[in-house]
Amino acid sequence: MRIAFLAALIGAAAIAGSTAQMHADEAALGAAAEGLKSSNFRLKGEAIDQIAAEGSAQAQAVLRALLDGRLYITRATDQVVIAADGAQTPAITGAATGADLGSADKSDLKRIIINNQMRGSLNTALARMSLRAPDAAARVAAVESLFDSLNPDTVAMLREAEAAERDHSVLHALRTALALVDLESTNPADRRDALETLSGSMHADVRNRLVARLGDGADGAPIEPDADLRATTTAAVARIDRARRIYGLVETAFFGLSLGFVLVLAATGLAITFGVMGVINMAHGELMMLGAYATWCVQQLMPDNLEWSLVAAVPVAFLVAALAGIAIERGVVRFLYGRPLETLLATFGISLVLQQAVRSIFSPLNRAVATPGWMSGQWVINDALAITYNRLYIILFSIAVFLTLVAILRFTALGLQVRAVAQNRNMARAMGVRGGWIDAITFGLGSGVAGLAGVALSQLTNVGPNLGQSHIVDSFMVVVFGGVGNLWGTLVAGVSLGVANKFLEPFAGAVLAKILVLVFIILFIQRRPRGLFPQRGRAAEA
Amino acid sequence: MLAALRERYPLADVIVLGALAALVIAVPILNLVVPTDSPLHISTFTVTLLGKYLCYATLALSVDLVWGYCGILTLGHGAFFALGGYAMGMYLMRQIGDRGVYGNPLLPDFMVFLNWPELPWYWWGFSSFPFAMAMVVAVPGLLALVFGWFAFRSRVTGVYLSIITQALTYALLLAFFRNEMGFGGNNGLTDFKDILGFNLQADGTRVALFVVTAIVLALSYVGCRAICASRYGRVVVAIRDAEDRARFLGYRVENFKLWIFVASAIVAGIAGALYVPQVGIINPSEFAPLSSIELVIWVAIGGRSSLYGAIAGALLVNYAKTQFTSFMPEAWLFVLGAMFVLGTLFLPNGIVGLGRRWAK
Repeated sequence: MRIAFLAALIGAAAIAGSTAQMHADEAALGAAAEGLKSSNFRLKGEAIDQIAAEGSAQAQAVLRALLDGRLYITRATDQVVIAADGAQTPAITGAATGADLGSADKSDLKRIIINNQMRGSLNTALARMSLRAPDAAARVAAVESLFDSLNPDTVAMLREAEAAERDHSVLHALRTALALVDLESTNPADRRDALETLSGSMHADVRNRLVARLGDGADGAPIEPDADLRATTTAAVARIDRARRIYGLVETAFFGLSLGFVLVLAATGLAITFGVMGVINMAHGELMMLGAYATWCVQQLMPDNLEWSLVAAVPVAFLVAALAGIAIERGVVRFLYGRPLETLLATFGISLVLQQAVRSIFSPLNRAVATPGWMSGQWVINDALAITYNRLYIILFSIAVFLTLVAILRFTALGLQVRAVAQNRNMARAMGVRGGWIDAITFGLGSGVAGLAGVALSQLTNVGPNLGQSHIVDSFMVVVFGGVGNLWGTLVAGVSLGVANKFLEPFAGAVLAKILVLVFIILFIQRRPRGLFPQRGRAAEA
Repeated sequence: MLAALRERYPLADVIVLGALAALVIAVPILNLVVPTDSPLHISTFTVTLLGKYLCYATLALSVDLVWGYCGILTLGHGAFFALGGYAMGMYLMRQIGDRGVYGNPLLPDFMVFLNWPELPWYWWGFSSFPFAMAMVVAVPGLLALVFGWFAFRSRVTGVYLSIITQALTYALLLAFFRNEMGFGGNNGLTDFKDILGFNLQADGTRVALFVVTAIVLALSYVGCRAICASRYGRVVVAIRDAEDRARFLGYRVENFKLWIFVASAIVAGIAGALYVPQVGIINPSEFAPLSSIELVIWVAIGGRSSLYGAIAGALLVNYAKTQFTSFMPEAWLFVLGAMFVLGTLFLPNGIVGLGRRWAK
């Protein structure tokens, strides 16, 4: 009984103690923040140092707000507050306590002004705080923000951080920063070591610093006195440039692949309806548009589950587009088999109707489809190369769709029947395959894939009534270039056209690159009217 | 006697040419002579609108020549129309002289705006009307010649040809959108002042343009008729119906196709050249694949493989378009789309085919 009482007492004291500690922190921070009210910049500078010395998360938030110009004094109550954003009536929180104070009109707030010197010390203080951040990426960012303000103070800080650091990428950044300091050293050996370290760095600041070392000082003498080291510096710059060029090529190749796989995705459905069935479906682009709008609708229906709405949209978009496709096939295309030009015109008419229907239902304005968190952001490989996640996922998605489709056509009973009908309709029907049913299913499959392409496109472009139209010409080019009736040809054609387009862009500009690709395809069709991988066999001439 | 006359002058020809002649006589009188407050008066706006329709009819004629008679479904004929239009537009731009916004006597406004130092070489000569008219014929003709020479020689047929003609006009669309091309980029060529010294805004000029358009349509009709009726035209029809058989009979299929394609492109170019001074602007949207496909539907609705059907289709569809876009713009694409679908499903030979079926 007594022991329990004692334990309770100790526990209460401990809680009281920690609360008291918290209150003491807030009081100290509050006192320091009071100093910011002064109009004297020197006093404000001291207040910043005091706040920085506090080191708490709230102190960091105050400094960040001060740097961003979001730290205000309320005119009514003379409190230092943090505004959430630059809105006319931002939400405000107490600077010292972090307590929610509702919102205030901008006219009731007075911004705390800082000068450039304060901005520098704020950066340093924030970096110092971030160097201890739990997130490695935040620590790297903190180190890199110090590249411009390397002084004995920050260098000591960096060395301290280096000793304690375990993370590979942060260590790399720290060593780069310290090497930048050593570059100015009077000891040639230090400078040589620094050059050795820096020549592997891709950071833009590093290259600028190295190039600056090659110039002449104010007195006309070269900044780098040692001729041998000057040569090493030149070599280091050359090495950095070469590496950046290679990474640039890799990046262009990635952009090209990304564009290429979007083309593949858009063209795969067409490769089924046009390639396998021989139906020119000009409404294919509008089926993609339907898929994109389906994505948007799914997101509207589940606003609380943004992360998963895109995944949920995939089957929905497939079904919507596939059903629309089956309706088109049963309603119109079926009566026009063997008359490709008429099919082209009729499906074009359908595309106009679908466009206008979307315009009437959803308004002619573009709809924004949100990108879920796991798809946004980028994968930073180094300072010269970063890959955006949405493009990466779209490439993977495109490959998955393509392989699934190939597998369906190749290994399932349905695929066998589809190929049989495509090769010889009468013979297939004589063998008991229901020709009409297979036609509808095949068309539905191709249309469904168009819907899937729409899901992917909703992440890359605006979702609007013209979404389909802008992709239809490209999709046909890919199918024709690859060879009709050949899914692998579509893959090769889409990827190579995408990559070629992106590699031409730096020289020719985006529009001219596209024109060049179009002209190339027009000429290519002249040489090989049946595409890269023509269908062989006696039926090919039909 | 009557039968012989009918044989010599088919009813359709008499109707088409007669109607055009009536328009050429009536419209100037009703616009210029009849007083404005009379119910018979035709406003200058209507005259220009009619002139626009007749340009479209000429264009439809050119599409029908290649699609209806030779079986080449071109989805890029708008490109030839637009090129003819640009040639005319360039002449009209040069006629502005120093009356532009910037008052530069040498350069068109958009070049001044883009800081071009001098006139690019391909604008030389466009101050001269005969040169510009030669270009109206030469540029579309040459493009059709080069494109057709490549395409027909390598036996690109059917859907493939349709798709690469679409690619052609799409590539030109993208190219003309670029400011660097020197054709006014996105805005195209506009703000025209006068043609051959006559003010473009004047009623008399408008009426004269209308009359010229009607005469050109009549001449194109007679010309296309002559081509189709000739021995050469019969081979073209044979190629449409059985290309391989015609080839095995010893005809150089590619040459026949090429010449009919070039002739059609030239007619389209002339139609474009007459269109531009009447509507007062030419911009890259004329190259849009959509407008080229729209031409095809005029012909399909009117009735392919009959020249008067193409004219009727162009007039009918465009009249409907004017009505719908002014009274219920929402519905126009539904109507156009329905025309495509129902036309191909139920009217394989257009309204002309429908008329023929009734006549039987």
